[in-house]
Amino acid sequence: MADHRDEVANEAANEVANQRAPVIEPGHTFGTITDKISSIVLTRPTSLGWVVGFGAGFLVTMMLLFALGYLFMKGTGIWGINIPIGWGFAIVNFVWWIGIGHAGTLISAILLLLRQSWRNSINRFAEAMTLFAVACAGIFPLVHTGRPWLAYWMFPYPNTMNYWPQFRSPLLWDVFAVSTYFTISLLFWFIGLIPDLATLRDRAENKYARISYGLLAMGWRGSARHWARYETAYLLLAGLATPLVLSVHTVVSFDFAVSIVPGWHTTIFPPYFVAGAIYSGFAMVLMLAIPIRKIYGLEDFITDRHLQNSAKVMLATGWIVAYGYGIEAFMGWYGGNRYDQTLLWNRLHGPYAGLYYMLLACNIFIPQLLWIRKMRTNPVWLFLISFVILVGMWLERFVIIVLSLSRDFLTSSWGMYYPTRWDWMTFFGTIGMFLTAMFLFVRILPMISIFEMRTLLPEAEVKPE
Amino acid sequence: MKRVPTYGIMAEFASAQDLVNAARQTHEAGYRKIDAFSPFPVEELADAIGFHKNNVPLVTLIGAIVGGLSGYLMQYWMAVISYPVNVGGRPYHSWPSFIIITFEMTILFGGISAVFGMLALNGLPMPYHPVFNVPRFALASKDRFFLIVFASDPKYDANGTRQFMEGLHARSISEVPG
Repeated sequence: MADHRDEVANEAANEVANQRAPVIEPGHTFGTITDKISSIVLTRPTSLGWVVGFGAGFLVTMMLLFALGYLFMKGTGIWGINIPIGWGFAIVNFVWWIGIGHAGTLISAILLLLRQSWRNSINRFAEAMTLFAVACAGIFPLVHTGRPWLAYWMFPYPNTMNYWPQFRSPLLWDVFAVSTYFTISLLFWFIGLIPDLATLRDRAENKYARISYGLLAMGWRGSARHWARYETAYLLLAGLATPLVLSVHTVVSFDFAVSIVPGWHTTIFPPYFVAGAIYSGFAMVLMLAIPIRKIYGLEDFITDRHLQNSAKVMLATGWIVAYGYGIEAFMGWYGGNRYDQTLLWNRLHGPYAGLYYMLLACNIFIPQLLWIRKMRTNPVWLFLISFVILVGMWLERFVIIVLSLSRDFLTSSWGMYYPTRWDWMTFFGTIGMFLTAMFLFVRILPMISIFEMRTLLPEAEVKPE
Repeated sequence: MKRVPTYGIMAEFASAQDLVNAARQTHEAGYRKIDAFSPFPVEELADAIGFHKNNVPLVTLIGAIVGGLSGYLMQYWMAVISYPVNVGGRPYHSWPSFIIITFEMTILFGGISAVFGMLALNGLPMPYHPVFNVPRFALASKDRFFLIVFASDPKYDANGTRQFMEGLHARSISEVPG
């Protein structure tokens, strides 16, 4: 850890030399960091903007509940799905949300192990974003089963029907992967919060707030023994979460790759899905970070450096995704398989070709603007490009799922898929639910990790004996 | 007035460096039942107060091994012994299919053991603790650093220890009621 601090110090010196934006603006002390972040939760009055934003998100969440209520009454027939396309919006949205959920754990675990200390100011809300995105994702396969009240049948529990789940099915792997991912993300988020909850407990003036934060902080007092075990547990959890985050979208891609449908049955899927997940996840992080830092005046902590670095991650993962598209098209042509060739033709000229070209524009061509430094440091442009990437990644999942199913081996079983209003209401409804949860989060919990920000200050350094 | 027994003597410092120096001196002076408090992790501090036995990795390892084994054995027992189903002529013990859930269970149990093991070893949750009786201790979660010598230390002596701690360049010294 001591050499780590030296690295931080050296890095700070290099930054001055290179004129790079710092990770944290100069002039802050332990006290100002604590005050600034905790006052957002404790003393800042609830603004009209917050109420309007939360209210809008809440109304859209009600629309989700309405759409789901009607679905439970009528069944999945209210959606646009039918044979041959049994996997419509539900699976598209599931994969999209799970992908978005990847950035949080990537930022908190992988960047921690790689000692990227700039992560300290964005990991907390990226982790919260992960939890909410995975919660939104989880809704879709659940309601897609048609009889969601029997979803617990997927778990291996002793039952009077005398059966066990089928462990050779990728869909069951998904159940384990997604539930493990949610649990580990929740634990990671919660243990990161404990020291900050203690800070809020010690600073809250309101009695009920003090009791609530106190209960959640569990009596944390910052003892050196506790910190030593805490740091070890945090590091081990990061080590466990690193292969996990890479495995989740791999397992999701197995849902497709293990089948024999043209366009799904390819070995490129796992790495290409994981890269796409990180791509969309960082886009969502930026779409949240840019307004949050503006509204709450957190430019000191979420600096241009963070925006630039996130843009660079998007550029890199965007190229991995582009490579995936390239290999898919190349193998469709070069592999000599008639069905793969037909699929490629369908993507370029079939009934959904427009979506494929839009996807190429959104995911490959427009993000190349990020090569320009001015674009990477301009929050408005970054926000817009991130939005385009999120649309593009959603289109990618639509193209993968619907195109392959709409035209498979037999022309007699070809069909078209058109989403109904219930499909759209469910999709937008989950966005509302996500925003509602984010609004509550920034109001109730510290959205930036206070104690990890303190370690970024030069005063946190201790000379070794 | 009833006399409150003393839990220990606490000194307050302004920086992490001061706290580490003071903790090292206190440990060198022969005090063993001591603890230090900081608003962020200071790695040198555990060493300075003589804390070396960290069992979190062991607990995590055991949890991960138990998770992996139980994941694989669960699938083996269910798919081979209890409920064998012929899927496309695959062997009942089709182990490559079982790897993913084994992996997920390893991570799940390892992660749960790391977090709950850490909390249990730290004795948390513990809502009440005598150190909270010191009003200035509220700053331990903000920007102040504290060192305590417990009254249970064999070398502890109310006046002598207080005098010793005054020599550590502390900002303030207070007695912690038990």
